[in-house]
Amino acid sequence: MVQQIRPYGDSWGDGQVQLSFTLPLPAGPKAREAANRLVAQMGLENVQIVHEKDLHGFTFFIIYGRCRHSVDLNQLPEVEADEQPMGFEEINAFIQERIGRRIVVVGACTGTDAHTVGLDAIMNMKGYQGEYGLERYPWFETYNLGSQIPNEALLQKAVEVQADAVLVSQVVTQRDIHIKNLTELVELAEAEGLRPRLILVVGGPRIDRRLAAELGFDAGFGVGTTARDVAGFLAKEVARRLERGE
Amino acid sequence: MVNQLLAVDEDKVGKARELARRIAQDIQREIDQTTTVSVERTVARLFGIDGTNADGVPLPNVVVDQVDQDGQLHRGIAFWLANAVVALDQPPQEVAQACARGLSLCSLEIQEPGRVSQVMEEYTRRALKAIKKQRDTRTEMKARLGTGPEPLKYVIVASGNIFEDVKQAQAAARHGADIIAVIRTTAQSLLDYVPYGTTTEGFGGTYATQANFRVMREALDEVSEELGRYVQLVNYCSGLCMPEIAAMGALERLDMMLNDAMYGILFRDINMDRTFTDQYFSRMINAYAGIIINTGEDNYLTTADAYEKAHTVLASNFINEQLGLMAGLRQWQLGLGHAFELDPKMPNGFLYELAMAQTIRQIFPNSPLKYMPPTKHMTGDIFLGHVQNAMFNLASVLTGQSIHLLGMLTEAIHTPHIGDRILSIENAHYIMENARDLGREIKFRPDGIVQKRSEDIVNGTVQFLEEIAAVGLKRAISEGFFADVKRPTTGGKGREGVVRKGMDYVNPIMDAMERELGLVSAGEGGQL
Repeated sequence: MVQQIRPYGDSWGDGQVQLSFTLPLPAGPKAREAANRLVAQMGLENVQIVHEKDLHGFTFFIIYGRCRHSVDLNQLPEVEADEQPMGFEEINAFIQERIGRRIVVVGACTGTDAHTVGLDAIMNMKGYQGEYGLERYPWFETYNLGSQIPNEALLQKAVEVQADAVLVSQVVTQRDIHIKNLTELVELAEAEGLRPRLILVVGGPRIDRRLAAELGFDAGFGVGTTARDVAGFLAKEVARRLERGE
Repeated sequence: MVNQLLAVDEDKVGKARELARRIAQDIQREIDQTTTVSVERTVARLFGIDGTNADGVPLPNVVVDQVDQDGQLHRGIAFWLANAVVALDQPPQEVAQACARGLSLCSLEIQEPGRVSQVMEEYTRRALKAIKKQRDTRTEMKARLGTGPEPLKYVIVASGNIFEDVKQAQAAARHGADIIAVIRTTAQSLLDYVPYGTTTEGFGGTYATQANFRVMREALDEVSEELGRYVQLVNYCSGLCMPEIAAMGALERLDMMLNDAMYGILFRDINMDRTFTDQYFSRMINAYAGIIINTGEDNYLTTADAYEKAHTVLASNFINEQLGLMAGLRQWQLGLGHAFELDPKMPNGFLYELAMAQTIRQIFPNSPLKYMPPTKHMTGDIFLGHVQNAMFNLASVLTGQSIHLLGMLTEAIHTPHIGDRILSIENAHYIMENARDLGREIKFRPDGIVQKRSEDIVNGTVQFLEEIAAVGLKRAISEGFFADVKRPTTGGKGREGVVRKGMDYVNPIMDAMERELGLVSAGEGGQL
């Protein structure tokens, strides 16, 4: 059975999409026409420019349109179902029982990145969105190195404390600086023979599972992640590796 | 005129100020005994040294590093430069160029002290004159063109390319922005030099260079004249080059500087002695140049909880105020910082935000408070984010904040797009005009939630300042009193650049500014 999926506005299959962008053109018929064509090329029809604002040489648009494209659900590759996540107590109990020792984690914002908000949300005692950070977990031993840590120093610390996992936070992504930093970390870990014994995890607003995998990380966590998600993943991954004798 | 929406216990405020003064004085005594490589480079800059050597090393670094390596920096770079000026009969810039080619300042014969002093006085006079000229220009332009109504709308540009920044800054100003901050590239705070020339590459921001300052100030002057409203420029007097950036800003007529006494220690792991010494001279230059500083207490709440740790913000405001006054800043130059960072899910959170903002407003009635938008609880849901910023805008206008950094709906996603900035200006414009005089119409109930919260914050602040005064500020920082961050007293970056002043130390620029600002050093008998 074909199951075609389109955006849903207020009825099945209406394909309603809203978007906004700025064109580097003064407001007027020319900018409007350019916006219309651009949006048509994006695959929208019945384009309605509902708002345009002159930004002195630039024009800001808010536009609605009907998306011509659709996605056949049957054609999608297998997508991992979201697992039911474990809670704080459950994770600690799991580690105690299955691993029998504390999981050692070293975290840092690497390269030139000075934004520790994400790292702190995951690692600090306090945590984020009512979820305690890793420091609060009795079965985690954590080292938060803070911001602007060179990849070398991060790996050195990981060796020193015999870390199971390395958490890297990357917030600044301008000109893809994070890609360079993250690639360098993986290469460095490989060059020093550390890669097989470390679980490499990356987090940040522009990070997702797929990007993490492409860059050679074991996991990637994006917007909305709490410490519990990371703790649960690490607990299971360490247990899995133990069972496989890695 | 500040509206009295709450009752604030003046005795407790007086007690908090006195505690903060004692805390600051202890630090000031230490500051008076030390100099740093960046303080000395600042003197070199103000003596007219600029440019780089063949390897791109800035000449202020060349001369200061050389004297430091010879173990003679305790005498002050001013002495060695003036000595060379007399010995070689060349101005400081040519002396520095000769150093880049191998001249050793400390190997020159020591010249007749009267002539050396004369040279120091001459170059000090020129530096102060150049700074004063910019201050006068600003005063004239502000008087002639005026500035926007408070809360002043402050936006950030951060493209990495100063010429792109100019386009975005001008567009924002034409749309109603009053203040433009050029965010620095993320690595700059830890560079122990200031890059040279205009720059077109940066990460998360644009390099602070003197040439970039000039490019942006010219662009804003142009748009100020066009709009008939003086648009102010901000940069960052922080990191390892605090006083150098202050000097550059003073010479290029920046109007505000982010300039906190503790931020570098807490958030960039810079050595305490380095930061305290650097902040003193940087603030003195800002004071002299008529620049308004913005302190960074808002940052505490990005790592610590905004509800539980509100009193640490107010306590730090008191300490920053005292250290600022000791460096010659006046109340009108103290843009003390705080933030709207409570968890939006907290019932009555808005009331607690109002309590904090109004309490600080009443305690520092003559200071242009810097109010920072939500960042920690921005999620990527731009629609909710726009509403959070609306609440922030309402709190700001209601409580009469002065410098209002506009929240971006795309916070936590990317550095602002041009359209984001305009949306946030319109959000603020609408709310601030729509609720313009709301603060004059209301008072909070004496038995209400807001009044109670205000009292709790003030009580917590006094108690917290007592705890800090008991152990001293350095130990308090090392024990994680602020922002839940702990920094060792002798650790941190830039420590090797701290030098104990010798008996024969001279810094004629600092001396002249202290004189003109009417300062008596705390170390000399603690008369402050």
